[in-house]
Amino acid sequence: MNGVHDMGGMDGFGKVEPEPNEPMFHEEWESRVLAMVRAMGAAGAFNIDASRFYRETLPPHVYLSSSYYRKWLLGLEALLLDKGFIAQDDMAAGHSVTPASPLKHGKFSVADVERVMVRGKFGRTAPALAKFKAGDRVRAKNIHPATHTRLPRYVRGHIGVVERDHGCHVFPDTAANDAGERPQWLYTVVFDGRELWGPDSDPTIKVSIDAFEPYLEPA
Amino acid sequence: MSEHDHDHHHHDHDHSELSETELRVRALESILSEKGYLEPAALDAIVQAYETKIGPHNGAQVVAKAWTDPAFKKALLEDASKAVGTLGHVSRVGDHLVAVENTPGRHNMVVCTLCSCYPWEMLGLPPVWYKAAPYRSRAVRDPRGVLTDFGVSLPKETEIRVWDSTAETRFLVLPMRPEGTEGWSEQQLAELVTRDSMIGTGFPRKPGAPS
Repeated sequence: MNGVHDMGGMDGFGKVEPEPNEPMFHEEWESRVLAMVRAMGAAGAFNIDASRFYRETLPPHVYLSSSYYRKWLLGLEALLLDKGFIAQDDMAAGHSVTPASPLKHGKFSVADVERVMVRGKFGRTAPALAKFKAGDRVRAKNIHPATHTRLPRYVRGHIGVVERDHGCHVFPDTAANDAGERPQWLYTVVFDGRELWGPDSDPTIKVSIDAFEPYLEPA
Repeated sequence: MSEHDHDHHHHDHDHSELSETELRVRALESILSEKGYLEPAALDAIVQAYETKIGPHNGAQVVAKAWTDPAFKKALLEDASKAVGTLGHVSRVGDHLVAVENTPGRHNMVVCTLCSCYPWEMLGLPPVWYKAAPYRSRAVRDPRGVLTDFGVSLPKETEIRVWDSTAETRFLVLPMRPEGTEGWSEQQLAELVTRDSMIGTGFPRKPGAPS
């Protein structure tokens, strides 16, 4: 979706302001939100693509004015409501007042913690041969999916070069909508700064994205 | 104690002191716990694991080893997941780590314009600036300007390669080894490797510089 989360190239957000000796969490509730998202994901309530999509679908003014973990909280609530794991009545009461739904992997317990600390595997067996190889010129398609996609707006319609092939990975565009993993080839595609930003761009910059095969066409 | 209180250190305030967000977080945790979806103690354990097991010390060890062991460096650049997987203490890295090398002619910088993708297992949880709009919007268009915000400048002819983390691949910058460190041990070198030098928004410390 063409949401405010897709920020590459936007103006007006000001300087980057690193915080010296930044703590891991600024408020304790942030750590609880992080842990709840990890736990409910590991228990099978949703996948990582759905959790990203629900944060992206927050209204733009909410997205832009909420702290990072506040966005995580709002996205988690909306996702659990939509999937039927919690109900509005529970939220209103501040307690569970409705029946629970079964979780794919069951209750998340202390024994499951080490599992969430190891990164998930997203590589999958290739369903077809790769259409592109390193060195190929490709154009990022001018597409505007209304749902989740990992093709940023700033590359759409622009020509780049395939640099690496990462094998086949879970396709976020379908996985986010319960439409299956539908594994796709994934490539690093490099764009010249002037191709993306015009003749006034700094000529020394090159920008790459990791692009799933359906995002690309030969150029 | 009310029925949704748990015996945890985070529940030791009176509710009247809590913000709207804190109340929502507590309510959600109560709901999830009461429905039997998760054990609150498991949340404590997750937080503790993030606070103690991951962090830039992991990435720094990888970088220091690459600086001292040419065979490891070659393996790291070919397949970072596999190479890092041979170091038992940082084995959580998963399958999709890519190491990218800074050279005198090319500087690498990592961003996630769409959200906040970051190599947690190597660098810990990302800092606020990495997840915020100024960095995400400008890194791909004006990386030199962003580096200026960090007090960092590069020769004007140096190529800047920005890696936008748009998939589950995760990027670790292998910075250049500082001069004046000949003969240093891996442990000594690791002390010079900063988090930002592995994101590409900084350089390693110089020998003798304060940490």
